[in-house]
Amino acid sequence: MKNPTRTSRSRTLAILLALGLGLTSLPPAALALDAPAPVKLQSLRGAEIQAMDPEGDGTRNDKDRPPIPRDFVQQPPLIPHSVKGYAITKNFNKCMDCHSWTRYKETGATKVSITHFKTRDGQELDSISPRRYFCSQCHIPQSDAKPLVNNTFRRAEGLSSK
Amino acid sequence: MAKFNEDGFREPANFTDRIRLAGIGFIGMVFVAGIIVWGGFNTVLELTNREEFCISCHEMNDNVFQEYRNTIHYSNRSGVRATCPDCHVPKEWGHKIIRKIQASNEVLHKVLGSIDTPEKFNAKRLKLAENEWARMRKTDSRECRNCHHFEYFDYAEQGRRSAKMHQTGLNEGKTCIDCHKGIAHTLPEVEQGIGADKHGAAPEVFHPETKQPATAPAEPAKATATQDTTAK
Repeated sequence: MKNPTRTSRSRTLAILLALGLGLTSLPPAALALDAPAPVKLQSLRGAEIQAMDPEGDGTRNDKDRPPIPRDFVQQPPLIPHSVKGYAITKNFNKCMDCHSWTRYKETGATKVSITHFKTRDGQELDSISPRRYFCSQCHIPQSDAKPLVNNTFRRAEGLSSK
Repeated sequence: MAKFNEDGFREPANFTDRIRLAGIGFIGMVFVAGIIVWGGFNTVLELTNREEFCISCHEMNDNVFQEYRNTIHYSNRSGVRATCPDCHVPKEWGHKIIRKIQASNEVLHKVLGSIDTPEKFNAKRLKLAENEWARMRKTDSRECRNCHHFEYFDYAEQGRRSAKMHQTGLNEGKTCIDCHKGIAHTLPEVEQGIGADKHGAAPEVFHPETKQPATAPAEPAKATATQDTTAK
């Protein structure tokens, strides 16, 4: 019973020893550089790490538009319309009121992928599997919010149809 | 009647004049009393037609009112609101009185405590919602149309989905409630064919067939059904 704690203690001792050796073997210049400039922690929106994030400028949901092309392979398609007031509850799934195979013709919506019909046990159903019920876990609506961090991401070339 | 001329101010000329004066007085009294009675009745009726009255019962305040507070009819950009009676009580007098008389059933169930806990309310939610959907459908969504008018829709201002669906719906003779269910309150269980049977609102109740035949050609699957109706 006591053996595991004893071994873990000796392991931490060994790690500490190794760290100590590593620190002492570091060139003194590196230590001197670290000391004068402590890292200032702040949130992506520029607030103190323990303060509340500042209120944004206010973003608006994008207006309805045709389906948005995908940017990478296996990307869950983005939601090209506002989902304000749409709820996915135990009683009712607002998304499936338009995107289900029984409804898409009348509503003009994109029908859900047939890959969503398979249960986790591999059984094919005739509608979406309950494990796919929460659409917004993967599919997200768009707003006019500006990216907080710049990036150089480019759409997968094979997916762009020009 | 014979003692009437003893008040001394003016002696009536004859018996018929006295009858006429009494008649005019009586009509005047009835008129004034009518104004007071009607005014009082109407004032009380309008007192029961306010949001404060509706949510003075905890059944309404704890359930449907809380759900409605998250919707656009409660709070929006310009602060124009639709309160409980705007949707649930007709504006026209005749329809209003009929609805108010029907509301005596609701008073009965208040006394019986039929929905006095959230559990009891949710157990009845499907029934209550279907009642309201049926009422709205029967009146062509009359209470919606007190504010919203199809004829004045600016489709250029609407989103591409709503512009398309509104024009299709209008042509098919649909009414607001045929699509706009659950816009102010939480929906009951609705059958969507996902997972286990929920014993909720059936698809034909939630998306009822339109009354008028659609001008657009029907789906091939429904072609036989339309032929049957024309044969009759």
